[in-house]
Formats: sequence, structure tokens, C-alpha cells
Amino acid sequence: MGLLLTDDEKMLKESAEGFFTDKAPVSQLRALRDDRDATGYSKQLWADMAEMGFTGVLVSEAEGGFDMGFMAAGLIAEQMGRNLTASPFLSTSVLAATALKSAGDEKAANLLPDLVSGKTVMALAVDEGRKHNPDAIEMTASPSGNGFKLNGKKAMVVDGHVADQIIVAAQTEDGLTLFVVPADANGLNTERTIMVDSRNAARMVFEDVEVTGEQVLGEVGKGADILSASLNAGRAVLAAEMLGASAQVFEATNEYLKERKQFGKIIGEFQALQHRMAHLYCELELARTAVYAALTALDNNPKSAAPFVSMAKAKLGSVAKLAALEAVQLHGGMGMTDELDIGLYLKRIRVAQELLGDADCHIAKINN
Amino acid sequence: MSDLEQFRAETRTWLEANCPAEMRSPMKRETDGCWGGRNWVFKSEDQKLWLERMAAKGWTAPSWPKQYGGAGLSRAEDKILKQEMKRISARPPLLSFGIWMLGPALLKFGTEEQKMRYLPEICRGEVRWCQGYSEPNAGSDLASLATKCEDKGDHFLVNGSKVWTSYADEADWIFCLVRTDNTGKKHHGISFILFDMETSGVSTKPIKLISGRSPFCETFFEDVKVPKENLVGERDKGWSIAKYLLTHEREMIGDSGNLKPVAQMVAEMGVTPDATLQAKITALTIDEWAFSQTMSRMLAEAKAGASLGAKSSMLKYYGTELNKRRYEVMMDAAGYDGLEWESERSNDGDLARLWLRTKGNSIEGGTSEIQLNIIAKHILELPGT
Repeated sequence: MGLLLTDDEKMLKESAEGFFTDKAPVSQLRALRDDRDATGYSKQLWADMAEMGFTGVLVSEAEGGFDMGFMAAGLIAEQMGRNLTASPFLSTSVLAATALKSAGDEKAANLLPDLVSGKTVMALAVDEGRKHNPDAIEMTASPSGNGFKLNGKKAMVVDGHVADQIIVAAQTEDGLTLFVVPADANGLNTERTIMVDSRNAARMVFEDVEVTGEQVLGEVGKGADILSASLNAGRAVLAAEMLGASAQVFEATNEYLKERKQFGKIIGEFQALQHRMAHLYCELELARTAVYAALTALDNNPKSAAPFVSMAKAKLGSVAKLAALEAVQLHGGMGMTDELDIGLYLKRIRVAQELLGDADCHIAKINN
Repeated sequence: MSDLEQFRAETRTWLEANCPAEMRSPMKRETDGCWGGRNWVFKSEDQKLWLERMAAKGWTAPSWPKQYGGAGLSRAEDKILKQEMKRISARPPLLSFGIWMLGPALLKFGTEEQKMRYLPEICRGEVRWCQGYSEPNAGSDLASLATKCEDKGDHFLVNGSKVWTSYADEADWIFCLVRTDNTGKKHHGISFILFDMETSGVSTKPIKLISGRSPFCETFFEDVKVPKENLVGERDKGWSIAKYLLTHEREMIGDSGNLKPVAQMVAEMGVTPDATLQAKITALTIDEWAFSQTMSRMLAEAKAGASLGAKSSMLKYYGTELNKRRYEVMMDAAGYDGLEWESERSNDGDLARLWLRTKGNSIEGGTSEIQLNIIAKHILELPGT
């Protein structure tokens, strides 16, 4: 029923675990942050991820990918979550790859091979305000000559500061349309925004950015379905990343409780702390089920998976937050120090909670 | 067609032909079900027929071996039977502590003679059992139980009392934890014995709960003579049976997999939730879904027939707390209507009484705090007692 990992999935999980622990541990994120790295992730790591086939996990074999499915993408992201690995996996290999795949046109077929090889980084520009809200896109694409002119603003474009191509959602007369815009297009102003989790996004201002009909992804006015496929893939995979981060921070906290002494006792002996950990353990088990069930639902039938994806993202939104908050509190003063990794998990989880919709957003989605 | 598909097809046909119409509607409460026993008065001819037909198939305890009254179904077949029964909303033919609790203990710890004597009559619903565990001074600290059981040569003599004995006033027999030795550590010296509730010296007194109903009793033993062959397992080592059964009980109590979703319950009340209530309902819906899927996952993870061990504490804790949350939201949704205690509209306080009853979910079978202790100790391996 998809709730238990198959042998193939177990193998993938183990290889991803070994890979990210070895090549992209938390210390890598720390170094990127402290060196004020211009890219914000290790290019060597990205090349290695392509070598491993991770970049092509959702892309069909015809386009150079490995077509392993959403569960596989989630298992990779879970390990990245454990290590707080910074990479364009979510923006490029999940959001962009799913949008291209879902469009299924010639343009997509041309773009996918470079995306799989790791040559191209792509970003999805959807949100414009403070909160994730794909139903409130105001950016316009007005007819101009044989093409369109894009005007408007985008925020929280993950990896937008380094992307070669941006998939932009804009309103046309016929409805929502997606355009593929090169990062160096005239009239496109990009501001790198370093986020609280030391990962990167961009604010973008489009001023009369000219695009041709060739740059339309899918069909004019039919961008909503493509966008929703892409976002649901992103939400489920991001939930898997949050699961990994929560599980890691929970385990670290549990170990700390077995070492730290106060009042002549190991603090893990105190029932007040034990019960908080035991409750969190239960919530994490439910969270794990929710993530795997959502990924399985996407693999089975992406068209009917939306409610499951929203349930998983909402559940992880609240459980991951609880895990991060408990970790800081139970580590005491040490949890507040930059020296420990706990704070880095708190920060990443806060960003991941907000990104692609928080718990309230997805509860509202389910209600509609 | 695979063997399992074949089994499903046959099961479906048989159920269609044999499940009486009246037995194809959900029970409103557990007292609507058939509990069987010497003094059982069937509520209808359909109820009787359904029990007889299912018992004849071995389907009151489908996974038990055939020689003990079961049908020897594999885990997969058992699941198919449950699914097919659910498909036509068939009620369980028999609600029975014998099947849920004593049976598993006897199958694991009983002698062949004990199995042959007790299990088939349980499957046929002829004897109704109750469980004598908790005592007035041994609740969460169950192992401190003190009901005295003395060896009188050709019989045991039992003196003491039990509390929270479910339906003791209606049960025919009791399986009971007693103290046969009080000289060592408290977990040692406990024995697991069985006796007839009609034995001289046994008396019961119902306990009225906040719900106004009395599913539990106090049970008193005064010089009760119990034959020695009624000891299950080794003398003084009954704690291992008790623990095994508690684990089993937790899995059962935590099992809210078949509960009607709160969204549906609220809709059936005729309530149209406003945005705030709807948000609460949806948050619960997510947990209902994640919990029932987690239950399926854990059962699938546990090897066929194997116990979930300490993970059953997770299911018990989360399932009962979830059920309490469900009823809080239902009371929110029902508003003034939910407060009616004696009225036609409320069916004499149906919702209010169920709401009150759920408060016991996180107390009976080991409190939530005990479950969290077990998780902390056995899964998280945190130090301490």
C-alpha cells in the first residue's frame, strides 16, 4: 500500500543517506554561510548530485532522467533535510522538472536534458506577497507584437539569484500562463535575498520584459494545471525534507538528554522532559506516514493527490515546528548558541514551513 | 484468479447471502451489540442468526485455529473478511472480552486442555468473560495488586477486590490477576487465574460514571474457591501474561481506524461549520487520516502475528487523545443541542454521554502518562526508573 518502503526504495534511501552525510553535511551549509558564498550552494555537490542521478529523479528516461517517481524524490529530500543540504534540488529537479514534464511540449523536451545533467538551474516564480498564494497572481502578460510584455513583482523565488531560466506565472487575458524567461532578460531586475536559513531566494521586478510565444510553457491561458502539478510535487517533497530535518533534530535532542547532567542527574531522567519527547515521537511517526502517503498518492495519480499533499504539508508544518521548538528548549542555553546546529534546523524549518504554504494555508485549501 | 481474490469473492457471496438485513447497520453504541453469554437475551432474531452463522464459519475469531473455534485465516484473509464486512456495514457478530483479551492469552500461555475447554465456547458466544485487573489501590501501578490467592492444597482461596471490571455484573467468568506471593519484588508473585462468577463469595456492584451509565463494576471476592487447574501459565509469573494482554489491549483501544470521521459526524448533526470551526475540523481530519494510516503502517511493519511491542503505547496514547479531541470538537459543533441530557431531540443525551465517556479513554488500559513513560523508556531509551 506504499506505506512500507520497497527494497529499491530502501537502497535509494541508504545511498542518499551515505551521499549527503559524506558530501553535504551541516558543516557545508555553515561554511557557505560564513564565507558569504556567491552561489549559496556547492557547485561541486550539484555536479555530484547529477552524477548520482538525483537531478533526474522525476524526469523520464527519454529526456535523460531516471523516472524514479515522487517517493524517490522524497527519500532524497528527506536525507537532505537531515543534513540541511543546500542545493537547487527543490527549485530545479522538483518544481521546474515537474512543470516542464507536465507541460509536455517541445520546449520542455529541449530544456529537460540540461536540467538533468546539472548544467541548467531553473527557478519557479509564483508568489508575490508575504504568503504563498498562487490564486492571487497579479503579474500581467499583456499582448505586444507577436508576444507579450511581462510586468509585475515576484518574491521568494527560490534559487532565483543563480537560476539560468525562470518559470514565471503571469495573468493573460485567457487566464494564467507560464513563461520561461532567461535570467538576463532585459527589464528583469533580480535582488538576491539571503534568507534566515542561509539559503537563497530572489525578489524580482519585471518591467516590460518582452517574451515571445516560443517562451510560453504549455499553452496560453492554461498554466494553472501545470503550476498546480509543480506546486504539489514541491510541497510533498518539501514536506519530506522537513521530515528529515525534524527527525534529525529530534534524535540530536534525545541524545543530548542522555548526556546532560543537572541536579546530579541525567536530565533525560526527568519525566517532564520524557513526556515531551514521547509526545513528539508520536507526532513524528504520524508525520512520516503523512509524507509517505502523500508521495505515494502523487505516484499513483497526481491528479487526485492534492488533498493528500495538503494534509501532509499541513501536518509537517505543525510537527516540524514543534520538533524545532522543543529541540531549542530542551537544549537549554546551548540551543540558543550558534555553535550548535540546533538553531540552523529551527531556521530551515521556519522557512520550509512558510514555503509553498503553511499549515493554515493548506487547511484552507482542503476546506475549499 | 489468485487464492486471495478467490477468497474475497467467496466471502462477499457468503456475506451477501448470510448477513441478515438488520445486522447491516452500524451500532450506535457498544450496548447495541451482541455480547453473548449464559444469560444473554438476543435483541432480535437477526442478531441470533448472525452470531450462529458466523460462529459456524469460525468467523467470530477468524484468525484462531480451527480446532479452537476459529477459521484459521491468514492475516491477509482476515483483512479481506474485515473489508468485506465493512463494505456492507456488517456489525461484528459478537463483542467479547473472551475473543479480544482472554483468547490471545490462552493461545499463547494456556495448556492444550485449557484451550480446548474455553476457546470454542468463547467463539460460539456461550460464555461471557470479564477482566479482573485494576484494584482500588492498584491502578496505574498495576503490579502492586494485592488480591490474595492462597494455596489450600486441592484448591486456591481468593480474597480481595477488583475495580473497573467491565460488565462484571453481566459476565459469566472472570480472568483475574491475583497475588500468590508477596515476599519478593512486586512483579513477582502475580498469577493469572480463571473462575466462574457464580462461585460462592463473588459479588459485584456497578459504578455509575459521569456519563450516567455503568459499564464498569467493583468486584468483591470473599473466600472464593478456585480449582487449581484454572491457573494459566506458571504460578507467580502471571505478570508476563498481564503485560502481553495490556499490549494487546492498547492496540485495541488505540484502534480508531473504524471511527466515523469527525467531519461526517458534524455533517450528520446538520451543522454547517463557520470558518473557525471548519479549520478545527480539518486539522482533526488530517490527524484522523495520519493516525489511521500510521496504524496500517505499524501493523504492516510488525511481522505477521508479531506484537507491536512498545509501539502499541504510541497507538494507545495517540488514538485515545485523538478521540477526546474529536468529541470536544463535536461538542463545539453541537452547541446547546449537545448539552441536552434528557430530551427527545438528543436521544437522551447521546452525544453528551459519549463525550463524557471518552474522558476515560486516556485513563483505562494504562493512562496516557503511563504510555508516554513506556515510549520514553523502551523506544527513546531515556534513563530513569
